[in-house]
Amino acid sequence: MNTFLSPVLNYSLLSPILVVLGGAVIGVLIEAFASRKVRPIAQLSVTFGTLLLALIQVWRIRGQSSLSAAMGSVVIDGPTLLMQGSILVISLLAVGLIADQEHFTALAAATPGSAEEHASIQSGEQLTEIYPLTLFAVAGMLLFPAANDLITLFVALEMLSLPLYLMAGLSRRRRVLSQEAALKYFLLGAFSSAFFLFGAAYLYGYSGSVSLDGIRESVIGGSGNDVILLIGIAFLSIGLLFKVGAVPFHAWSPDVYQGAPTPVTAFMAAATKVAAFGAMLRIFYTAFANAYWEWRPMLTGIAIITMFFGSVVAIAQRDIKRMLAYSSIAHAGFLLTGVIALNKAGLEASLFYLFAYGVATVGAFGIVTLVRDSSGEVTDLKRWTGLGKRSPFVASLFAAFLLAFAGIPLTSGFIGKFSIFSAAYESGNHAIVLVGVLSSAIAAYFYIRVIVLMFFSDPVEDGTTVIIPSVLTWVTVLGSFAITIFLGVFPTPFLNFISSLAVFLR
Amino acid sequence: MNAANYLYVSALLFTIGAIGVVVRRNAIVVFMCVELMLNASNLAFVTFARINGNLDGQVVAFFTMVVAACEVVVGLAIIVTIYRSRRSASVDDASLLKR
Repeated sequence: MNTFLSPVLNYSLLSPILVVLGGAVIGVLIEAFASRKVRPIAQLSVTFGTLLLALIQVWRIRGQSSLSAAMGSVVIDGPTLLMQGSILVISLLAVGLIADQEHFTALAAATPGSAEEHASIQSGEQLTEIYPLTLFAVAGMLLFPAANDLITLFVALEMLSLPLYLMAGLSRRRRVLSQEAALKYFLLGAFSSAFFLFGAAYLYGYSGSVSLDGIRESVIGGSGNDVILLIGIAFLSIGLLFKVGAVPFHAWSPDVYQGAPTPVTAFMAAATKVAAFGAMLRIFYTAFANAYWEWRPMLTGIAIITMFFGSVVAIAQRDIKRMLAYSSIAHAGFLLTGVIALNKAGLEASLFYLFAYGVATVGAFGIVTLVRDSSGEVTDLKRWTGLGKRSPFVASLFAAFLLAFAGIPLTSGFIGKFSIFSAAYESGNHAIVLVGVLSSAIAAYFYIRVIVLMFFSDPVEDGTTVIIPSVLTWVTVLGSFAITIFLGVFPTPFLNFISSLAVFLR
Repeated sequence: MNAANYLYVSALLFTIGAIGVVVRRNAIVVFMCVELMLNASNLAFVTFARINGNLDGQVVAFFTMVVAACEVVVGLAIIVTIYRSRRSASVDDASLLKR
């Protein structure tokens, strides 16, 4: 008879995840028990405090690494901590946008246009469930890149997705559209996690172990059935590629980006991408590294289609949020080249790119929340015409983010693109670099078209105005701008910092 | 009995589920098909646990059941809300975003 061994947990290494989960639970309790007046401010301070505390914890444990933080299920190493830090910085910025309760429905359960909804708006009641949902999603995102076995990966994937499905449906204006986005995101998200799980089952069947190390050893040993391995890799990849929005698994992203409340879109676009690519990098760089001949051709093809398709289709978009969605698809393609590179330079470049792209995304969507008319946000590109003449400062900030997406020098985007393509070149994959550079050129066209539209056309008088943003929105937008420019002008300290930490522990 | 037969059943269930998601129009039925796919994966996990001779796969099956239960809660909440706003749970009607 075996005696029961209690699990040994290293609480200090797990503290960022645990702090965020604790904050989320406190948020639920505040939602249930605090009075209506104190609720918004209490939720906001708990959320900010939690994320800040978690970020400080990540900084404090930055040099450490351990495989046994949670009995081998969670690995804390340089890339994990860098990704957790990026996710926390991005979430802090995004919470600045979420804090503007103007975007969220007062009572999500009320049917749009019903008497119940009117009553809730009249009474000024505002539910603030968005904050704990955000924290639960952040906790899942922190766990996802740290997961070292298939169970933890699956649970973390669902932990970050389930709150996001709900958050997508909470918009105050155009509520039916928002609910539709939530439905689409949910059905396709659940569909893709089923693929992920099926792939996980076959990987377990191949190696007899659920841990990534066990899978890696079986792959090196090479004694198992290669067909089972191939099915496992293919299905697991579908699940991950869906989350990052790579073609042909991108169908959800323009719809969800457009329908979800803009602060949620900002959070989802930036932070989910970091978490999903974090997990993807770990899986492909450790578990599947020695089977690269199995997955590299497939992933190369997907990266090429993704970059090209995202850039070309973005040109045809007339809605600013949809355009940014297709741009994020193209960026997923650029990031995939970092996964395919499969060398240390590729890992470092991906980590830098993820952070730079995430911050610029939050900033860009932050600007989108500011351009409004009497019925809410204006996302039609035509009505952005001449914005630069009406409010030059906001338009210049938006232009800076677009230039960062396009990869113009002196912005973080240039350093990101340059390092990721040079890593791909170093790995000998010249075709993908060629397609990447070409797609960047196509993508630059539609970014610059928006800038031309804003600055070199006369404004149309149709009630489109730039509202005076709240303090927190300002902090978010200016903070993102500062980081974007700083990483573009002085990238060296940050690149060195990444380089000193970016080694997967296995 | 040959354990591989269970893998065939699981692959069959997974395929039925995947086809159902693509073909069926009612959000509830689509969701049930997703659940079928999750259970097919569970069957694969348990079969592989038997073939490999360790218990890890059976543990995963329990985790999957819990996660699937959470997914039902969130999913039905979303489907019921959208049904109440437009009196239909058909995924074809949810097409405002296509334009």
